[in-house]
Amino acid sequence: MSAPAAPAGISTKRPLVVVAGNPNTGKTTLFNRLTGTDHKVANYPGVTVERHSATFGLSDGRVVDVVDVPGAYSLSARSREEELAIQAIGGIAPSPRPDLVVLVADATQLSRNLYMVLQVLELGVPVVVAMNMADLLAERGQTLAVEKLRRELGVPVVMTAASRGRGLEELRRQIEATLADPDAARPGSRWIPDDPALLADIAAVAPVLPPDWTRGDPARARAIALWALLSLDELDELEAVPDAVRDAVARRRAAAAAAGRAIDADVIRGRYAWIDARMESFLPAPAEARTPAQARSSRTERIDAVLLHPVAGFAIFLLVMGIVFQSLFSWAEPGIHAIESLFSYLAGISRAWLPAGLAQEFVEGGLISGVGSVVVFLPQILLLFFFIGLMEDSGYMARVAFLMDRIMRAMGLHGRAFVPMLSGYACAVPAILATRTMERQRDRTLTMMVIPLMTCSARLPVYTLIIATLFPPSHVFGLVPVQGLLMVAMYVFSTLTALVAATVLSRTLFKAPAVPLILEMPPYRLPHWPSVLRMMWQRTRSFLEGAGTVILACTVALWLLLSFPRNAAANEGFEAQRASIRAQSIEPAERDARLASIDSEEKSARLRGSYGARLGHALEPAIEPLGFDWKIGVGLIGAFAAREVFVSTMGVVYGAEAENGATSPTLREKIKAETRADGRPVYTPLVGLSLMIFFALACQCMSTLAAVRRETRSWAWPVFLFAYMSALAWITSFVVYQAGRWIGFA
Amino acid sequence: MIALKDLSAGQCACLVEVGGDRSFRRRLMELGLLPGTKVRMVRRVDIGDLVEIEVRGSHLSLRRSEAGAVFLEATE
Repeated sequence: MSAPAAPAGISTKRPLVVVAGNPNTGKTTLFNRLTGTDHKVANYPGVTVERHSATFGLSDGRVVDVVDVPGAYSLSARSREEELAIQAIGGIAPSPRPDLVVLVADATQLSRNLYMVLQVLELGVPVVVAMNMADLLAERGQTLAVEKLRRELGVPVVMTAASRGRGLEELRRQIEATLADPDAARPGSRWIPDDPALLADIAAVAPVLPPDWTRGDPARARAIALWALLSLDELDELEAVPDAVRDAVARRRAAAAAAGRAIDADVIRGRYAWIDARMESFLPAPAEARTPAQARSSRTERIDAVLLHPVAGFAIFLLVMGIVFQSLFSWAEPGIHAIESLFSYLAGISRAWLPAGLAQEFVEGGLISGVGSVVVFLPQILLLFFFIGLMEDSGYMARVAFLMDRIMRAMGLHGRAFVPMLSGYACAVPAILATRTMERQRDRTLTMMVIPLMTCSARLPVYTLIIATLFPPSHVFGLVPVQGLLMVAMYVFSTLTALVAATVLSRTLFKAPAVPLILEMPPYRLPHWPSVLRMMWQRTRSFLEGAGTVILACTVALWLLLSFPRNAAANEGFEAQRASIRAQSIEPAERDARLASIDSEEKSARLRGSYGARLGHALEPAIEPLGFDWKIGVGLIGAFAAREVFVSTMGVVYGAEAENGATSPTLREKIKAETRADGRPVYTPLVGLSLMIFFALACQCMSTLAAVRRETRSWAWPVFLFAYMSALAWITSFVVYQAGRWIGFA
Repeated sequence: MIALKDLSAGQCACLVEVGGDRSFRRRLMELGLLPGTKVRMVRRVDIGDLVEIEVRGSHLSLRRSEAGAVFLEATE
């Protein structure tokens, strides 16, 4: 974000070009192709909307900053996200003033795209129009009268086909020429209101607009007054608008309503009347009988007839979602294994190269395992965004939202929340990053609050250990295996909980006026691979930068908690035991086994004496009513690194550390043999059930919390998420355990 | 007059009036749904309870309930 310091006396201000336009116009592809590889992704201040910026060089060596403005159909705004467009394009604070606006328009949907062009021209900013999708227009046998369009709009118009790289050189030349002579591309309003009532509305609002918005230009003041009249009402969420403007607009709107006038309709009709009067001359109807609508129906409508078919479409949808899920659940596995092997290899190197002691343990247990626990998410993140990129770029994502709207809306969720929720069954971290596909902050945050309730793959080793150890391998009615049934029950339980949580949260904390659905169904296109790859990389990088540091810091903190304080006397005791074993003349294999068992005992003793264990003891009164002892408390603390770490932490606690984790027979035996002071076993099936429910509901995962912090740009949401899920987990486990005891289970 | 939600697939009609709340009306008008604009019903999807229409060369989908506030005059 920070600019390099400017040498004294030399202006280093680079020209700023913003790229704006309707959604689905190929704007992002054009932005990517126009600029170099130095992309930066930041956030607009105050909202979690990404601000993509890059640069390109002019022929004289000067460098231009280019910013990609989020796609919009119009400058009119109601939400904070929509407010960005007028600020970025119009150069209204806090956005910097652009030197040029490149408006990307879809030539195949000319009239709708020209509507926004007219709005932008009214603001008096220099504009170059990139008429994109020129190739599709040609396929339809249509020709745009570019010269006529240029004359009527009064700005340069360049025909482009960004996905094929056509027209970009001319666009660059035109940008350079316009930066040199901006006034030639600033023709002002094309449609000028002449209705006296509307002129009176404008005259009432324009004088109260902030001077730095209007810059003393009456034409610009008229444009912004029209924007305010169309955007403001008691329901909007806009933040930058002064009260004086709100009051003026409210008075004029009330007066108009009393007189039976509709300001919105008058203004919008005025602009469209200008467009409609010229459409025939801009885009003469093709000579042959095929109308544009029929040309489109030939491909997209044929595909949609299948993909939106009540039976076939739904089956294909389930298949596609099955592939996405399968990829996260299994196809990512080799990548995850490779990363884990790499980091255990690095740990081995650190043991070989660093002298044994605290520094080595820190490098291995804190740094290497910390970086490892960040990098291990990459296979799933890359795969998920590969599929999301394909679905977005091809146009299928709009159909997913379309098909899922009714089901998801019943729970107060957006149709696009389906893919992130599904991904949550594999891992909450990529799923939380995937909420970006939704526009509204409210929809994104609500989805993030329920994703961690889905049974992620990290819970499976915990469930496996508990079920395999505490539940007999018997069958219900001699048919259904109890162990398998329990696993299925945990999935059903987590799904139902997530759906109920979404329903409750959407009607309470996330209560918002229902937003009518107006969804554009873009024509199907072949995905543009460089754009898909670029998005995969950008998402991954933003995870590494934003969440990676938090995860690394938490791993180090957990390592400190579970490795300190050191007990010198105990250390010496174990050293003495080792020395005595080494001194005995026994078989080397026997000696190694004894040494390994001493190591394991030492680790166990160290963990039992750690701050973490003290915390476990301190927690015991709180978790005792759930049937847990302090050792389970230590396991829960360790599980914060990642849920499956519960298994290895319990292994260390019981001095039964083994490579094969959940399936280690020693650990299972030790767990079964564990007794309370009065001789009753600690672990009963009821305790196991209570523990599984706790794991299903508690947000025992620092990486999830780090991802939520990254995506919401605040600590408040991860804190809320942790608090509500912990409370839910505690209460449910409490009820299950106490009710179970009351009924008579141990 | 016929409500948009009652148009059958393939049928074309001329728009008369857009009702509903302000942001819905404004959004549809800005997408070019103005009195006199020709609208074609592309398909009705029962599983999503939605309708897909074509207007000015672009395809939009609306919830059937919300499409009840859009009124048209059948052509031919």
